[in-house]
Amino acid sequence: MLIINTENCTGCKICEKMCPFGAIVVFDKIAHVQDNCTLCGACVNSCPEGALSIERRRVPQEELDRYSGVFIWGECEEKGERLIPKKVVKELLSQGRNLANKLNQDLTVAVLGDGRLAELETLIAYGADRVIRCQHRLLGHFTTDSFTTVISVLISKEKPSVFLFGATAHGRELAPRVAARLHLGLTADCTGLDINEKGHMVQTRPAFGGNIMASIVSPYTRPQMATVRPNVFSFGDPDNSRKGEIEDFEVVLSPAAIRTKVVGIEQLRDEREVSIEDADIIVSAGRGCQKKENLDLIRELAASLGGEMAGSRAIVELDWIPHTKQVGQSGLTVGPQLYIAVGISGAVQHVVGMSSAKTIIAINKDPDAPIFKVADLGIVGDAMEILPILIRELKNKG
Amino acid sequence: MKILICVKQVPEITDVRINPETGTLIREGVASILNPFCEYAIEVGLDLRRHYGDIEVVTISMGPPQAKAALMRCLEMGADRAILLSDSKFAGSDTWATALTLAEAIRTTESDFDLILVGKQAIDGDTAQVGPELAEILGIPQVMYGVGIELTRNKKRIRVKREMEKGYETVEIRLPGLVSVSKGPMIRSVSSFEEILDARKKELRVVTASDLIMDEDELGLAGSPTQVVKIFPPRVKKGGELIDGSEAQGAAQKLVEFLKEKNFV
Repeated sequence: MLIINTENCTGCKICEKMCPFGAIVVFDKIAHVQDNCTLCGACVNSCPEGALSIERRRVPQEELDRYSGVFIWGECEEKGERLIPKKVVKELLSQGRNLANKLNQDLTVAVLGDGRLAELETLIAYGADRVIRCQHRLLGHFTTDSFTTVISVLISKEKPSVFLFGATAHGRELAPRVAARLHLGLTADCTGLDINEKGHMVQTRPAFGGNIMASIVSPYTRPQMATVRPNVFSFGDPDNSRKGEIEDFEVVLSPAAIRTKVVGIEQLRDEREVSIEDADIIVSAGRGCQKKENLDLIRELAASLGGEMAGSRAIVELDWIPHTKQVGQSGLTVGPQLYIAVGISGAVQHVVGMSSAKTIIAINKDPDAPIFKVADLGIVGDAMEILPILIRELKNKG
Repeated sequence: MKILICVKQVPEITDVRINPETGTLIREGVASILNPFCEYAIEVGLDLRRHYGDIEVVTISMGPPQAKAALMRCLEMGADRAILLSDSKFAGSDTWATALTLAEAIRTTESDFDLILVGKQAIDGDTAQVGPELAEILGIPQVMYGVGIELTRNKKRIRVKREMEKGYETVEIRLPGLVSVSKGPMIRSVSSFEEILDARKKELRVVTASDLIMDEDELGLAGSPTQVVKIFPPRVKKGGELIDGSEAQGAAQKLVEFLKEKNFV
């Protein structure tokens, strides 16, 4: 609980202002905690008198010290006949390498799949010291049940201090299941990772739709687990001279352990089409495009730049584009070289999904649209008039 | 058949603003609402009842006493009854402690459930973790990102259409199970005056820590493995050049130049 030292409290009201939940009220010149306090800790460091503290549980250090090593889940995707690591794994490797170096521990990638697994040596080139291959015919396709079981067993045996997952659709299904099985803390969708002076992993993530950032630690449970938002962290070139080992991990699984059965698949994107998560150039449409037919212009501009079309949640809800192309907090996080936002106002939930784009262009009629705050070039005008000319100009140049 | 729907009360995020001087949230005038994805989950549950009949829809939330308002909204939409887990001992629960408390409450009072529905994520925390953690603690299968549910003829199994990275897939599980919902059936109706009056007659029960068989150190902050150590405003990127595009030809020209300069064409 939140403890207020009434002797130190001066009733200055700083904590009252800092509290995101309105749970502190100052009266009679002393701060009082209300029922809706969530113990988030936002107030504690704000108090100039050090009058606020939160009581927390303690676990002996030697218990925690038995856990060592940074692990990441090497999520794979199908490419033709092969099953190869996704781009997010390289991002995790670059972050994991930093953490491992700071902890002076090894970096290990756990890869789950069937006989089609390939390109595992690239994981070493991107920073891994060890690759643990968990190969079984029942791991060829992701199921929560099979992957949870294998990763939980692996953690119990290897006892890592950190375990990271990409915050992809599958990562966000799998990580909480593993965390709950092993009674562990888990931080969702991190955009920053570091090690503090106590050797704990500090996990930073956006909350309240990206309006505020929170730093979180899991001091008493191991491994410290987090999912990491894709397309936020960059990674360097592979170093093919790096040395590392690829080991096999014995997997015991029976079909009865998998309780989900896929009975139908409807593909909206074929294999050659690039996912917006991996695209270098994205032209993205919002409600400001006014009608579905106008999206043809967006598509045409994307095609002439060699990029992909995407859109905001608003136009997904209107069924103008499928969910596979939705950028933002409840959709996908993208990190292209170029992002052109057309008729998107730029609500914070959208911006968190695209603000790591290298160059951002925004076209919007409203000069006060928040999207202009993140844009490198903003054009206040009617995109439906500008885009046809732009497309023509680009064709002439090409 | 019994469907449990776990919901959360959240601040209306689109109204949240940051005070640029102090870097803190401005919460004055920010309304509390039923999380939109939870609303979809309620709609999916009610839709199942409409289709198959003989289904009890029970909605559960954990939160401060004012979270009753979110449950009232569920009752107005058509849920049969509601349970609020509310106790100062629950304060500070992270996703694990929340899932554990919900699981204990479900085991204690609603253990004969067939299906649990949750929203895909809450718009304040956006973790999407409580659903899968709850399913794991209860030992039931899960299907995430559902957009539609059908019962099989004997009502022992469900088929869930769900969003995937490349499209949709349909997954079958045996009940009991948990489904997270990312889209409603698109037949949202405004509650009538009768429904609103009717909702007040429905049961809304408050469950406290003493009703659950849990140790003090499993609850709230003490039971939460993750701890928030710092809250701060996000780094704000400085906007670049803003030009007047009322003259379309000139604006297009400017765009071409910019794209050339950055080597995109």
